[in-house]
Amino acid sequence: MSSENLSDTPMEYEDEKQDSQEKNANLVKGEEVKLKAKYPGLGQKPGGSDFLMKRLQKGQKYFDSGDYNMAKAKMKNKQLPVAGPDKNLVTGDHIPTPQDLPQRRSSLVTSKLAG
Amino acid sequence: MAGAGGGGNDVQWCFSQVKGAIDDDVAEADIISTVEFNHSGELLATGDKGGRVVIFQQELESKNQPQCRGEYNVYSTFQSHEPEFDYLKSLEIEEKINKIRWLPQKNAAQFLLSTNDKTIKLWKISERDKRPEGYNLKEEDGRYRDPTTVTTLRVPVFHPMDLMVEASPRRVFANAHTYHINSISVNSDCETYLSADDLRINLWNLEITDHSFNIVDIKPANMEELTEVITAAEFHPNQCNTFVYSSSKGTIRLCDMRVSALCDQHSKLFEEPEDPSNRSFFSEIISSISDVKFSHSGRYMMTRDYLTVKIWDLNMESRPVETYQVHEYLRSKLCSLYENDCIFDKFECCWNGNDSVVMTGSYNNFFRMFDRGYRQDVTLEASRESSKPRSVLKPRKVCTGGKRKKDEISVDSLDFNKKILHTAWHPQDNIIAVATTNNLYIFQDKL
Repeated sequence: MSSENLSDTPMEYEDEKQDSQEKNANLVKGEEVKLKAKYPGLGQKPGGSDFLMKRLQKGQKYFDSGDYNMAKAKMKNKQLPVAGPDKNLVTGDHIPTPQDLPQRRSSLVTSKLAG
Repeated sequence: MAGAGGGGNDVQWCFSQVKGAIDDDVAEADIISTVEFNHSGELLATGDKGGRVVIFQQELESKNQPQCRGEYNVYSTFQSHEPEFDYLKSLEIEEKINKIRWLPQKNAAQFLLSTNDKTIKLWKISERDKRPEGYNLKEEDGRYRDPTTVTTLRVPVFHPMDLMVEASPRRVFANAHTYHINSISVNSDCETYLSADDLRINLWNLEITDHSFNIVDIKPANMEELTEVITAAEFHPNQCNTFVYSSSKGTIRLCDMRVSALCDQHSKLFEEPEDPSNRSFFSEIISSISDVKFSHSGRYMMTRDYLTVKIWDLNMESRPVETYQVHEYLRSKLCSLYENDCIFDKFECCWNGNDSVVMTGSYNNFFRMFDRGYRQDVTLEASRESSKPRSVLKPRKVCTGGKRKKDEISVDSLDFNKKILHTAWHPQDNIIAVATTNNLYIFQDKL
């Protein structure tokens, strides 16, 4: 390889790298514009507290035994309100019951990997 | 490029085995959540969402077929964790096995740690191939003999029996984590291990279950000020005082336990400065580190974020020494990947035995290998179609532009439900275990 070729290559590479980085940045910005167009109210803190809080609270269900027992006592004679279509959501007057919780049963079946 | 890359110019990867059901209807419990070889590579453990552990053992190489390495067959399987409901906090505790880590073997038995979101368990896996027979006071079926009928004495003798592999829980390390455990790591001192959740890291002694020491706590006094969480943690492979933990903001902190009891102050902070012009809504999310692994040598560590794999030299905090693009074509898909939550997928990564090649998973059941020395990379696929015994895997290519060449697949055709999050590399040989959603593939290099 001649020395001329050698000195050209690093410069070209830097230019190309710059170009592809700009292209990448533009692609990502384009995606961001798309997202903001779909969800105009998207949080001020990107990837911040909201998403972290959601992550920390994974697995939270809303059965509250205190509420349940108080409600049972109060409504001795009346029928308990039945859970709405979305059983995982607790809203207003809905008193969650143990029946609303999905059945937690261990996997008694052997793993198919061992089959 | 010559060969299929990975482990030198001439390594060709071949299909060896696949474990699991063929049907497309995948039960949640069968989703594989962790894969780990033991220190010798003889055993391969998997954990799944149903809380079960399956351990495979490599058969001894047969003298008849010196060209083939031993196959992995089921050695033991057990239910490690059960689902629980914490009534006090209204919290469902999944039985999904988040991580399995093997202890180095010290005697005939094998030990591993398995963890779900809240509880770590130490399991002993031992073999029984002999049975005592000829007791004086007991019949063979276990009934007790009337001592008055015993007229002669005999010495009980061990007789061989069919191999039985037993798994028993030896320790249960519970109630030490308020948040969800994401990592466990056994110390090189073989006496202690760490467990990390979103905000805290605890140090345990393997013998002691009723207390652990908190060594990192990043919980802010006011939770409104929370800006980052711990995503992974690992002990240094030979310095028993050193560990690292990664964060959702793309930083890695190295801590030295000799400095202070509480390692909130890091000894080193590894962070690549971001070009402000590249900043976008997605920047922080895609910079979140999903896995951190030390090299076997202990000189380097590797991190995986959504789009790249980075190799860091422990002596240089300012930036990684190598950066590999896993699936850069996804940059133009970030919006939909955010909408379908795929942008939050946590991919793992692993080193080969001599730290020359690194591997990580992607979508469409693709996985990638990067050869650090030869500067080559390859994309391979784990699929039933390429599952003929000893058939060589063909490199795959994703095309981004308009013109799709034959055998290439376009970005829009990728199946984002087929993700390879967990992979493992045998500690010495070129044998890899790749987990698709519910199947475990084992590939070997062509001998």
